[in-house]
Amino acid sequence: MLGYLFLVILIASGLGYFLNRFTARRLTASGHRLHSLAGFHGAFAVCLSGLPAFVFVLLWLVFQDRVIEAIIMGDLPADQTAALDAGGLSLIRTEIRSIAAGKIFGTPEPWKLAAAESLVNLRATAELALFVVVLGILAAGVLVARGKISPAFRARQRVEKVLSGFMVGCALLAILTTLGIVASLIYESLRFFDRVPILEFLFGLNWEPQIPIRADQVAGAGAFGWIPVLVGTLVITVVALVVAIPIGIYSAIYLNEFASPRVRAMAKPALELLAGVPTIVYGFFAILVVAPALRSAGEVLGIGVAPNTALAAGGVMGIMLIPFISSFTDDALAAVPRSLRDGSLALGATRGETMTKVLFPAAIPGIVGGVLLAVSRAIGETMIVVMAAGLIATLTINPLESVTTVTVQIVTLLIGDSEFDNPKTLAAFALGLMLFLVTLVLNVIALGVVRKYRELYD
Amino acid sequence: MTETAMNQTGATRAIDWADPALVQRVARRHRKDRMLRVAGLVALLTACLMLAILMASLLWSGHSAFTQTHVTLDFEVAAGKVNADKPGKGNYRGIVAEALKTRFPEVTSRRDQKALVGILSNGAQYILRDAVVANPDLIGTTVTLAVPVSDPYDQLAKGQIDVDTPEENRRLDDREIAWFHKLEAAGSVSRPLNLALLVNADSRFPELAGLSGALWGSFYALLVCFVISFPVGIAAGIYLEEFAPKNRWTDLIEVNINNLAAVPSVVFGLLALVAFIGWFGMPRSAPLVGGMTLSLMTLPTIIIATRIAVKAVPPSIRDAALGLGASKHQVVMGHVLPLAVPGILTGTIIGLARALGETAPLLLIGMNAFITQAPDGIMDSSTALPTQIFIWADSPERGFVARTSAAICVLLAFLVVMNGFAVYLRKRFERRW
Repeated sequence: MLGYLFLVILIASGLGYFLNRFTARRLTASGHRLHSLAGFHGAFAVCLSGLPAFVFVLLWLVFQDRVIEAIIMGDLPADQTAALDAGGLSLIRTEIRSIAAGKIFGTPEPWKLAAAESLVNLRATAELALFVVVLGILAAGVLVARGKISPAFRARQRVEKVLSGFMVGCALLAILTTLGIVASLIYESLRFFDRVPILEFLFGLNWEPQIPIRADQVAGAGAFGWIPVLVGTLVITVVALVVAIPIGIYSAIYLNEFASPRVRAMAKPALELLAGVPTIVYGFFAILVVAPALRSAGEVLGIGVAPNTALAAGGVMGIMLIPFISSFTDDALAAVPRSLRDGSLALGATRGETMTKVLFPAAIPGIVGGVLLAVSRAIGETMIVVMAAGLIATLTINPLESVTTVTVQIVTLLIGDSEFDNPKTLAAFALGLMLFLVTLVLNVIALGVVRKYRELYD
Repeated sequence: MTETAMNQTGATRAIDWADPALVQRVARRHRKDRMLRVAGLVALLTACLMLAILMASLLWSGHSAFTQTHVTLDFEVAAGKVNADKPGKGNYRGIVAEALKTRFPEVTSRRDQKALVGILSNGAQYILRDAVVANPDLIGTTVTLAVPVSDPYDQLAKGQIDVDTPEENRRLDDREIAWFHKLEAAGSVSRPLNLALLVNADSRFPELAGLSGALWGSFYALLVCFVISFPVGIAAGIYLEEFAPKNRWTDLIEVNINNLAAVPSVVFGLLALVAFIGWFGMPRSAPLVGGMTLSLMTLPTIIIATRIAVKAVPPSIRDAALGLGASKHQVVMGHVLPLAVPGILTGTIIGLARALGETAPLLLIGMNAFITQAPDGIMDSSTALPTQIFIWADSPERGFVARTSAAICVLLAFLVVMNGFAVYLRKRFERRW
């Protein structure tokens, strides 16, 4: 249905385009000198017909169901709904919706059936109305554009203005996305801090995200102090960096200074491949291979290793970060001016000395930027830890034990839950806000460092 | 005078390269050099080794899921058990059980007969039913059909059950293994390619579970993602590169885009959950919402690719077009953009490949539901390839381990094809000005 609607818009716009272009051409052929090319007159018709119709359909779709359901709910018999609170009403709404979709369970009351029937009818009416209105817009747009065709009409300027507006809108979408993230996170977090004091969240040492099932339950009241979750995230991040930084930097040094072109040509794609592997694959690798291997290694050495030790998640995350750090180091080393390298070599330094004493120090700012971005990525990485790290928040810095992370908690708190009316699900948004803020700060610093460093040698 | 002084210093600093202390020092410096070199090589090899282990372990654990053990049996579709008018209704379960009982007449106790039926997959009756529905003439005849065996027997056939372990620790006891060996000896067991893995949708039974729902879900989500992010990304990129004035606003947009590229993916999932599903009332688990979320994450990639490709078009082309009287828009639309398209396409495909592997935001919007049907459109509930991998990785049945690895192999194959296509585009259309 919707597909047909968009098809109609597309065809009508195309028709309008060709029709008006044809008219403009006829005008040119009959000796008039038009200000704008015929194609722009055609494009103007599209701007006036297809574009508003498209926007109208989108707006309609956003509001249609809401309006219809408001009408339905308003029409329900008052004696049935008077005693109900918001939750009960939403239950009834869901039931009517599923009856309308043809899924009838048991024998619903007649007034519910009636409501469902009128819901179906209203939807059909709305669909028809939408079609009619869209056709009207399309026809009006093409006709108005047709009436405007004249030698003096500046169709090109109009079309270019619309195009510019579209481009500005698209560029602003980036800002809109950020605003959307901030707004939605803050909105839900505020609701969370209504229920849990913000100080308790920021400084509490216990993280037990539960909600009491009964009001008088003693043990059910949860605790929402995020410190253990934060510490767990940091433990895994540190493990990841301990793996990734040396391997990444040393392989970049080798590739940059010592590798023959053939080795370079083989190693670079391998690293790119490592970077292109989705994180869920790394996560499965962690539980399939790394965690069992670590456990049996621990048994041989006589050390108790938890089944989902931070070492497994962190180590695999480190593997994931190797290409990231190595490519940043490679870029930073390559950006050091040749004159520095040549000068050092001319003074008799070996290649290794040139690298460790001249090139590497000069590249450090760029490398630090890369490492900061890697930290931000490690903190925000989700799938590896969801699969390989623990769920219980223990306050420990021992990487052999099982710890949990911010992202793990966000995912486990929200999976399968869509009602955000209790501290348990809302806590996920508070954690998300923290995650967003921390990574934002890290990213801004890192991007600033990298940018400044590039300007240094440009 | 200065010249003599220099000569003098040169003379006094004459170096005796044969001096053992110096020889030692040079040797030490060269040793350090070699050590750095070796350390670099070791690091690089470690990285490559990790990649090799990753790939090898996935292939090793996944290869068995590309075949599925089948048993060929004679099913007697008696007219009394199937309704000839409605061939979909019938006691197919009984027919399947009967087929096994006739094959093993020596099994008489009720308990054993019940265990006997466990050889075949629960889906055997539906396969038989579909065959009869497709061809109602089969009613009243004996149908010879290869049907999948259940997961434990599949493992047994693939040698993944160690017969030497004590019976109580095994998933199959001696009696069951003997049954299976009898079938094998009779030549009824075959192991064809596991087409169900690609054709079926998800199922609780590993031997029936397939990826078709996930593949369609991912396809629809990527389609939505492409339809939104491709035009918007190009428009934004062109605006920033060609039209935008240099001021605080455009600076802000730039910083924003760079930052969005580094925001954790799970945060996009939170945004989608609150804004798309909560505020706009869009359906949960739908590829539409998934695709919209992914498009927000792909946008920065496409914008950056567009800017690089547009920047690479030499100014002489712009100047020539402007000199001939084209407007700024005509220059961009008619000349700069067409020349930049290969670069933009390359960036877009790479962005889509990344979106294909993205899991966390899809989990949050509920694309990890258990759905046994492939979606019919962008509004249907469905899973996606990475979330299906997540579901299977979480499933307790042994058979899902191999299937998870196999699904990952399928995902990686798609990624390799997409990235390969991007590399091909770059090589084929790359232009040096």
